[in-house]
Amino acid sequence: MKQRTIKTALAATAVLGLAFAGMASAEPVDDTLVIDGVEIVTKAAGAAHLDGALPEAMSGWHFRDTETRAMQADDFDNPGMIYVDRGLDLWNAVDGTEGKSCASCHEGPEAMAGLRAVTPRVDEKTGKVMNIESYVNDCRTTRMGAEAWGDKAVELTDMLALISFQSRGELMNVAIDGAAAPFYEKGKEIYYTRFGQLELSCASCHEDNYGNYIRSDHLSQGQTNGFPVYRLKDAKLTTPQGRFVGCVRDTRAETFKIGSDEFNALELYVASRGNGLAVEGVSVRN
Amino acid sequence: MKRQFMLGMAISAFSAGVAMAQVAPENVEFADGAIAQSLSGTAGNADDGKKVFGTAGLGNCVACHAAVIAADIPFPGTVGPALDGVADRWSEGELRGIVANAKIMFDGTIMPSFYKTSGYIRPGDAYTGKAGTEPLPPILSAQQIEDVVAYLLTFKE
Ligand code: HEC
Ligand code: HEC
Ligand code: HEC
Repeated sequence: MKQRTIKTALAATAVLGLAFAGMASAEPVDDTLVIDGVEIVTKAAGAAHLDGALPEAMSGWHFRDTETRAMQADDFDNPGMIYVDRGLDLWNAVDGTEGKSCASCHEGPEAMAGLRAVTPRVDEKTGKVMNIESYVNDCRTTRMGAEAWGDKAVELTDMLALISFQSRGELMNVAIDGAAAPFYEKGKEIYYTRFGQLELSCASCHEDNYGNYIRSDHLSQGQTNGFPVYRLKDAKLTTPQGRFVGCVRDTRAETFKIGSDEFNALELYVASRGNGLAVEGVSVRN
Repeated sequence: MKRQFMLGMAISAFSAGVAMAQVAPENVEFADGAIAQSLSGTAGNADDGKKVFGTAGLGNCVACHAAVIAADIPFPGTVGPALDGVADRWSEGELRGIVANAKIMFDGTIMPSFYKTSGYIRPGDAYTGKAGTEPLPPILSAQQIEDVVAYLLTFKE
């Protein structure tokens, strides 16, 4: 049996597959996310720069089960909201040798509204890719005389929750041209590279197979508009790059480090694939 | 006592024979994506093959494939086609080739190569996220490939 016959064979199994379709619906759930009476945009036309690779951008929310979706639709049930409150305490807390808090210079956290929708972005002065985590640690080390928070420190994810929440509902609009262009290209290359002993790229799962199940996991497009994500499985918040680590590790590959040039470029690229989707503030996933 | 000893000798002689008959990953010969010869020199065991098929740390075939015959293994994935009837569609050698390195039969497929040790980008040390050094151990041993092939040969319609 050669290549040609397999096509027919596969087509036959595809038809057969329909008979099973009832056991696990492969389609993302058709539902609308409304929080406190406000609709959050979870579907958008695929970004033009993707040349049709994603006909429609969809939030990971659509791929989660009914209970998980409901949890996110109600701020009292969303376990991630506690961390927004904790982030506010940190915002007002004096730390470091300069005797300052975030509030000393930025006043209220509302000052950060809109930032989450346009990051990661390239800093004009330094030419570096900056996400919210790197801005926060930059202020701590260069302006407060405090130590940087660790990549997975709860303080950092709490602060990310607080700052992201200020942009809830705003549409992702990450720049990919100008100074961002080389990082976009680098991120794109990483996205399509088949890493590790399983030889899988981000695209293998999140572009070619979203909607399919990999074991019991309903594959989403791997969008980052929902971050930080409260993972029920871990009972804590995760940053986008924290999530990337797990996905690369699962291909039996050597991961990149959080904050590495590679992951910074990848985060910028992945975020741009979700341009048009709303920032969710703090989302809930399994 | 003596008899047991003899038996022990016989068994180790037998496994030495197995080791000799085993084809190392780098020496596997494909013809049209198929591998004619057994990789281990020992017939596959379909029950053991089912374990390989359904266990996350082994073949984890169920992550991507459903099949009526394997319906007792919960939550099969849908990334790959359902495998019902593969024994009718493919010969033993073709199934061996598909499991050992599916990329030869299906150019560019997402299906991992289970009997391959080098040529990777950023190879890891299994699922630790740390760097691995090539040649890596293949994901499945020669015998595990034979076992899973024996199991697939029961997928008839
Ligand atoms: C000593 C004053 C000072 C303190 C204290 C301070 N920042 Fe900043 N922060 C700045 C300045 C100045 C900028 C740069 C603003 C600009 O370039 O427009 C900045 C930029 C930022 C940005 C990027 C915002 C943007 O719109 O570009 C974030 C996020 C941020 N700070 C968060 C924090 C957090 C969180 C804390 C507390 C942990 C903090 N900052 C503490 C002065 C401070
Ligand atoms: C073997 C398949 C696989 C590969 C390869 C993979 N992922 Fe994932 N990823 C998953 C699964 C499973 C989940 C959890 C379910 C879901 O949201 O898709 C996930 C979730 C995610 C999420 C969270 C989405 C959300 O809304 O919460 C992001 C972001 C993500 N992946 C990014 C990536 C990136 C970037 C890469 C490449 C470096 C990658 N993934 C490679 C399987 C994969
Ligand atoms: C990451 C997903 C994935 C995993 C894991 C996987 N496969 Fe596959 N497999 C596929 C895909 C996709 C195809 C379809 C071939 C193609 O890409 O065109 C396939 C095809 C096949 C075929 C031919 C199917 C037919 O209908 O003719 C067989 C047989 C097969 N796989 C067996 C296995 C076995 C056995 C394992 C475990 C040792 C396994 N696969 C693991 C994705 C996977």
